[in-house]
Amino acid sequence: MEEMTGMIPQLLIDGLTLGFVYAIVALGYTMVYGILEFINFAHSEIFMVGAFAGTEVLLFMQSAGYLEKIPAPLALLIAIIIAMVFSGALGVFIERVAYKPVRSAPKLVAFISAIGVSFFLQDAVRLVEGLWKNAFYLSTPTLFTTSINITNTLKMPVKVIYIMIIAIIIMVSLNLFVNKHRLGKAMRAVAQDRDTASLMAINVNSIISLTFLIGAGLGGAAGTLFSVQYALIHPYVGFIIGMKAFTAAVFGGIGSIPGAMLGGILLGLLEVFGAGFLGILTNGVLGAEYKDVFAFAILIIILIFKPSGLLGKTVREKV
Amino acid sequence: MMKMKKISLIVLVALIMLSVVGCAGATKAADTGTNGEETNIIKVASVTPLSGSQAAVGESIKNGAQLALEERVAEFKELGFELQFAPQDDQADPKIGVAVAQKLIMDNDLLAVVGHWNSGVAIPSSEVYAKGNLVMVSPANTANDVTDRGLENVNRICARDDAQGPAGADYLYNELNAKTVFILQDKTTYGQGVADEFKKQFENIGGEVLGYEGITPGESDFSAVLEKIRVSKAEAVYFGGIYPEGSLVLKQLKEKEIEVKFIGPDGMDSGEVIKIAGEAAIGMFYTSLAADISGTPEGKVFVENYTKMFNKAPEAYSSYGYDAMNVTLNGIVAAIKEKGGEKPTREGIVAAVRATNGFKGLATNVTFNQIGDNTEANIYVLSFEEAKYPASVAKEISAKSYLK
Repeated sequence: MEEMTGMIPQLLIDGLTLGFVYAIVALGYTMVYGILEFINFAHSEIFMVGAFAGTEVLLFMQSAGYLEKIPAPLALLIAIIIAMVFSGALGVFIERVAYKPVRSAPKLVAFISAIGVSFFLQDAVRLVEGLWKNAFYLSTPTLFTTSINITNTLKMPVKVIYIMIIAIIIMVSLNLFVNKHRLGKAMRAVAQDRDTASLMAINVNSIISLTFLIGAGLGGAAGTLFSVQYALIHPYVGFIIGMKAFTAAVFGGIGSIPGAMLGGILLGLLEVFGAGFLGILTNGVLGAEYKDVFAFAILIIILIFKPSGLLGKTVREKV
Repeated sequence: MMKMKKISLIVLVALIMLSVVGCAGATKAADTGTNGEETNIIKVASVTPLSGSQAAVGESIKNGAQLALEERVAEFKELGFELQFAPQDDQADPKIGVAVAQKLIMDNDLLAVVGHWNSGVAIPSSEVYAKGNLVMVSPANTANDVTDRGLENVNRICARDDAQGPAGADYLYNELNAKTVFILQDKTTYGQGVADEFKKQFENIGGEVLGYEGITPGESDFSAVLEKIRVSKAEAVYFGGIYPEGSLVLKQLKEKEIEVKFIGPDGMDSGEVIKIAGEAAIGMFYTSLAADISGTPEGKVFVENYTKMFNKAPEAYSSYGYDAMNVTLNGIVAAIKEKGGEKPTREGIVAAVRATNGFKGLATNVTFNQIGDNTEANIYVLSFEEAKYPASVAKEISAKSYLK
């Protein structure tokens, strides 16, 4: 028991960090689903491309010597902004090339198209990095080395604090944008009823593009944060994160923006606490490797009682 | 979950297509057979992961094998045969490995296989090779079951897990003076296999195992498990797995300021460890079945030729790819002589390779015992003294004493 309570604060920090990354990626899934009712399975690869873009920026700054001259948070900010622009543009491009032509076809067609894009991006990044650097594992330059000692055993690395702050800023501003801004309202209108929205002089195509721009941009930001936190990326890194983030989006209620945030953070915490405690709780029968089983079992139980997810609304029949 | 489904669907389609192509190839070969025409082509395949997260090491083995083969093309020409190299990609995936194996046994000119990298892929694939009487010489598969199944066609030039794990345990307990350990493994045939053998020996010689946990390959966050290591107060961590996860564990241990000794198996033997873990790799130990060849004159020539050909420095297992290919080619030559200069049968090659005795290789000498294990293999304990690959050898142990 003492063993468990000793671990709780540190696990809380680790779980929140992981959860924030899941949450930002989950936003990309949920936004596209909200508008188009289609799961953009290429989002995990947009996340990966964003991670590469951000990391390459940091690596460039390192080799050019800028990294020592400018403060680390500023360097991180620059990397995130460039990664967001890059992956946002990529998201819009993918939508135009791979989804828009099949928008009127059955949903499954767009789904297959997304799978194709996903494979394409994995191997494209591998090819480019392979040709350019002769290796496709990128190790991220270390930005923050210090950590704050909260107690003797509890440490909070500075980078975790920055990651959390940036994640919270992103989520709050996205919420404000969607709820208060004119374009955000237009987005919600398109989500509710595309045809009626177009009758109200909303340009549906550009709103869809905007959704992809924001969703993919968030993926890019998440990728950079991930890369800074875990320090190693490769072209296949999006797969597991993407699956978990998609799960988080369903968990919180797919289509709901606050739901994705809540789902992501809860999934991160469940996973980390599962890994930490399963062995102790079951007396060593189930080890840390069952953390996903644990997290998903809880997810299934919640979905049985709340099929639309934690914050999801039961969709009313569209008239 | 949907993604898993989509992948298995694609694999299924690929399998169907492969078997169609394979059948077509077989009937065609049979046709030429009835006409009495036989090609003088001898193909030797290498099967390693050339894509995916383990592609770097897979490619280094393939390159070693390719170098050995190309050096001997002229020798085969004199014997009247055209020697060809057929590199294959198993993507470190058992399903793909079996599909590739099915394709290979259908090719009548293909007479031998050098591979694989992952034991979990080698075991099911070698069952398929056995059906086709195709010889397999493994440069790097350490799982016991690779040879313990007693297949005629399966041989390996490296030592076994039940040697590598115990050697690590002996070294940790006796030389590094750690009496308590926390074991992490990646749930693969290889990782869990070597971790279990380590555990057995460590407990046998009086050490205490304070924890045993599995991690998921491909994940990036191991923080919760590392916290368990911290509270367990173990003196050392044994990591049964491969470098992408192992290096991250090293890095995150350092970030969390958990001070433990770290020892792993040869899955940690890669230059990528330094790239990923950086300074955190200093002072870590790993056992390796691969010799450091850079000191010997033959080794220097090899490094030079390799670098010239592939524009990259060889990795630890490149020389094993090279030796495995040479053992294979020697077997083929012996089988050719057995048949009086005619193209050998696969059965002939299987017997000739197994009879290998006293082969002097670049990285290891090779003498196969009755189940295809190499009785002359060595185990090395290495350590990073600075953040630079390759690591320096701390101790050399003969694997023969661990061979049952």
